[in-house]
Amino acid sequence: MSQWIDACAADEIDREDVMRWDHAGRTFALYHSPDGEFFCTDGLCTHENVHLAGGLVMDYVIECPKHNGQFDYRTGEAMRAPVCVNLRTYPVKVEGGRVLVQVG
Amino acid sequence: MTSRDYSLLGEDGRRAVETGLAAAEWYHTDVPRKTMKELMQRSDAPAIRDTLIYYGAMIALAGIGIWLWPSWWSAPFWLAYGVLYGSASDSRWHECGHGTAFRTPWMNNVVYEIASFMIMRNSATWRWSHARHHTDTYIVGRDPEIAVMRPPVLMKLIGNFFGIFDAWAFFNRLFYNAFIGVHPEEKTFVPQSEWPKVVRVARIYLAIYAATVGLAVWMGSILPLMVIGLPRLYGAWHHVMTGLLQHGALADNVIDHRLNSRTVYMNPISRFIYWNMNYHVEHHMFPMVPYHRLPELHAAIRHDLPAPTPSIWAGYREMWPIWLRQLRGEDVFLKRELPPTARPYREDFHAEALGRPQAAAQ
Ligand code: FES
Repeated sequence: MSQWIDACAADEIDREDVMRWDHAGRTFALYHSPDGEFFCTDGLCTHENVHLAGGLVMDYVIECPKHNGQFDYRTGEAMRAPVCVNLRTYPVKVEGGRVLVQVG
Repeated sequence: MTSRDYSLLGEDGRRAVETGLAAAEWYHTDVPRKTMKELMQRSDAPAIRDTLIYYGAMIALAGIGIWLWPSWWSAPFWLAYGVLYGSASDSRWHECGHGTAFRTPWMNNVVYEIASFMIMRNSATWRWSHARHHTDTYIVGRDPEIAVMRPPVLMKLIGNFFGIFDAWAFFNRLFYNAFIGVHPEEKTFVPQSEWPKVVRVARIYLAIYAATVGLAVWMGSILPLMVIGLPRLYGAWHHVMTGLLQHGALADNVIDHRLNSRTVYMNPISRFIYWNMNYHVEHHMFPMVPYHRLPELHAAIRHDLPAPTPSIWAGYREMWPIWLRQLRGEDVFLKRELPPTARPYREDFHAEALGRPQAAAQ
């Protein structure tokens, strides 16, 4: 079982927003949903390796800043062309005001 | 002039991939996240308002055109209807293809499908070609939407003000897609999972055109074609006029939209027809920003961009002499000067990416 990694303080990400998080040579995207939950996916779009953190969070969808492809960041499901390949997601929990991610 | 191979299966495209010019990281003006987040916000209201005006005007104009037919008094109504059908559909296709016009996805999709049909673009294919245009804007051999090649084919440019070459290419490809399948060039940018859709869309379009022609023959009148099909020819001029300004006579094979795209100030009617795509540098840098927020984005980043071209006329005045020089074989383009407040271009990087020095006209 992989470890929980301390990623950031919960109040570093606004509600309905996304933040880039780099760890151990990899890049991730952390999301704060409109109802206060946190999620984590791979940081790069599966279409053309663009950082999703520059994109727009609308409800539970992250829209990629390059070609407006969309993913459900809770499940990683690709929802709108030109993205066809799902994003990988990672378990997240919040403890003591910190966001912890279990990177596989 | 160094010869360019614009085929997506050709030597220039292969070299662009090899040198990293394809799918490169493009220049972006720094905009605070808070401002950008605000500018990217979606809303249905502006596009619903514009769409009601748009379709409402089309129905009214076509209705009066039919009512006055075949009198010449119907001509101005057809001309106005034609611009909405054969030109405003281009910007609706574009914005709804990006999914930024409306917040609600189905609204974008409905307007996108209708606009694709009117502007004569297979809705399944062109979604992907436009993604490539954004990845590799004016990269020779990679961008399938290069409107003016070098040397420019002036006959084609002029003919397309009446949609002639576009319509010819469209119907050729439509028959190919409907009866043979996806074209090898299309296979380079349309994922395989979408190929059946390309064929299905082509067959639907073909059926609609066949029904319209059938009705015209049955009525013994071209009236049905005045409503469907022909307006893509007699109303095309506005979208070609504005479209050529987007990248015309500017640099190719660069990775900074300030060098290869043009922002032009224009009148409010043209901006309605064009859905603010006159802010073209801004759109390419930040395609997430909906058309109705582009004037604000322009204000936020103009310190980092070349001065906008002041009018459509000024745009043609600067492009025309360059096209003529390119026709004579000169390797020239317009270099956009930056204001002192802007971050400078990476000229070294561009020269390297081109693999050769390139002469600038200004
Ligand atoms: S890079 Fe994300 S949609 Fe193309």
